[in-house]
Amino acid sequence: MIQILFMFFAAVALGAAINVLAQKHVLYSSLSLIVLLTSISALFVLLQAEFLAVINVIVYAGAIVVLFVFVIMLLNLPADEERTDRLRWLKLVGIPMGLFLLFMVGRTVWNVEGAANTPEIAGTAQAIGASLFTDYILPFELTSLLILIALMGAVVFAKKDL
Amino acid sequence: MIPLNWYLILAAALFLLGMLGFFLKKNIISLLLSVEIMLNAVNLTFVAFSSRNGQISGQIFVFFVLVVAAAEAAVGLALVIAMFRNRETLNVDRSNLLKW
Repeated sequence: MIQILFMFFAAVALGAAINVLAQKHVLYSSLSLIVLLTSISALFVLLQAEFLAVINVIVYAGAIVVLFVFVIMLLNLPADEERTDRLRWLKLVGIPMGLFLLFMVGRTVWNVEGAANTPEIAGTAQAIGASLFTDYILPFELTSLLILIALMGAVVFAKKDL
Repeated sequence: MIPLNWYLILAAALFLLGMLGFFLKKNIISLLLSVEIMLNAVNLTFVAFSSRNGQISGQIFVFFVLVVAAAEAAVGLALVIAMFRNRETLNVDRSNLLKW
């Protein structure tokens, strides 16, 4: 049963990722990204990481993709993406290098042993919070600094005359 | 029980798709979306290994990756707005002032 669920959500995730790349208009790409994020969250649930599944939907689908959609609608982009094929000869290098990368990554991940879903941990909010506020308290506090800097940077970049 | 390498194969496929989009697309918003795909693939790998090793640390890392992704999207989209305001295009090949 759990294998069927995995296969289903993996297929949805791959299809959504391909659709993100295949769409002409970035608005449809963003909406397809939501499908990808939701199926990734479902896979998190299968791995007993319930807190991260919820956070993934709230932060990614609820905040980041909405930000993308806002910007796309604000800019009012034309639908067709103009093609500018510079560096055409780089395809001769890029395709063999890409196939080599595919081969190496595939060989690495194919040979990994072991099963996921060991039942001894569960990613509940309690477990994550206990670890986050004891072992990882310094990175957690530094995160607030990062967000403050990103906030100021976003305002400075997007403001018209500053 | 799902073998670990099913998750890793899926995450690697998603990461390579994101990388392909990053190299082939011309619209800068598509590039940012491709980065988000890659971040999600890495998150899936982290959670799979966290589940296999019985340690919560991998999930904490995913938490931090989410925070950095949010910051990256905010700053990146602000840059996209600034770029569109100055150049009237989002094509990355047209922003070649620093290119030889």
